[in-house]
Amino acid sequence: MTRIHEDGYEMKAVPHSSELGMRSHKADPAHAIISVAYQDNLVGNPETGVIHGGVVTTVLDNCCGLAAMTHPDLKGMVATLDLRIDYMRPAKPGMTLWTSCECYRLTRSVAFCRGVAYDEDERDPIATATGAFMITAAKTKFEN
Amino acid sequence: MSAVEAQTRKKKRDAMLDELSASIPYIRFLDVEFTRMGDELTGRLNYSEKLIGNPMIPALHGGVVSAFLEITAQTQLTWDLIWPKLEAGGEAEAALLRGEFPRTPKTINLTIDYFRSGRPRDAYARAIVQKAGRRVANVRVEAWQDSRDRPIAAAHGNFLMPGEGK
Repeated sequence: MTRIHEDGYEMKAVPHSSELGMRSHKADPAHAIISVAYQDNLVGNPETGVIHGGVVTTVLDNCCGLAAMTHPDLKGMVATLDLRIDYMRPAKPGMTLWTSCECYRLTRSVAFCRGVAYDEDERDPIATATGAFMITAAKTKFEN
Repeated sequence: MSAVEAQTRKKKRDAMLDELSASIPYIRFLDVEFTRMGDELTGRLNYSEKLIGNPMIPALHGGVVSAFLEITAQTQLTWDLIWPKLEAGGEAEAALLRGEFPRTPKTINLTIDYFRSGRPRDAYARAIVQKAGRRVANVRVEAWQDSRDRPIAAAHGNFLMPGEGK
């Protein structure tokens, strides 16, 4: 079981993560945990108050990327190559959204990551994610 | 139908499309809008600094691009449900004019490919419904910025369609 820092840290360096109120919690190397408190402006279904799937995707993308970034063998930066999200159920209205992601394999060019989004219990996921991240040279622009 | 009537009808439909996306808080939060040519929609993600994911490049947050693709797919599917009712007129159209929209199709899964980083400027997206089944729809959606033939990301996903009667 991973040790979780109760309060976590604000992710101030990334404007959009900060805007969503993401908090990064203490995690082991190559394993990241991020939380986002429930907010009315993130709702995707005004009738039920369920947050939008796009929020879940964003946090999972960020969490998978962070898992790769904290891999002890990583030299450079990462950029998302692809990401697959499967939605199992709606998030519970009013509850904090949690994601837990790991980088389970790192090669010279690619970091393979997977993770889950949940509210109360990690074994009852809202969504799962699988992603591949390209490793880019530090401070070099992603090919554009 | 006179030219004036046709123009009024177009305005009414455009207003409905605006209302459809404005009814969802997260779409307002990201500031995504839609324009249409007949039944084909184009999404526009209006740039603001809060959408940045990598301030060094700077680039849009990958999650924002994904969310934009998902929203575009869902809005196109919803519009495809609305469209025949508008054409039919009568009570079905009247209900829509009162803002009684069909439920948003639920995303079952979504796979996103990122081709290049999103620059700090507006992005556009268009969805193609590959298979519109009664229960499940398969959609492909692409986002671009300056040039339509240089997409920044594409996604395909399966969506669970809402049952009849809201």
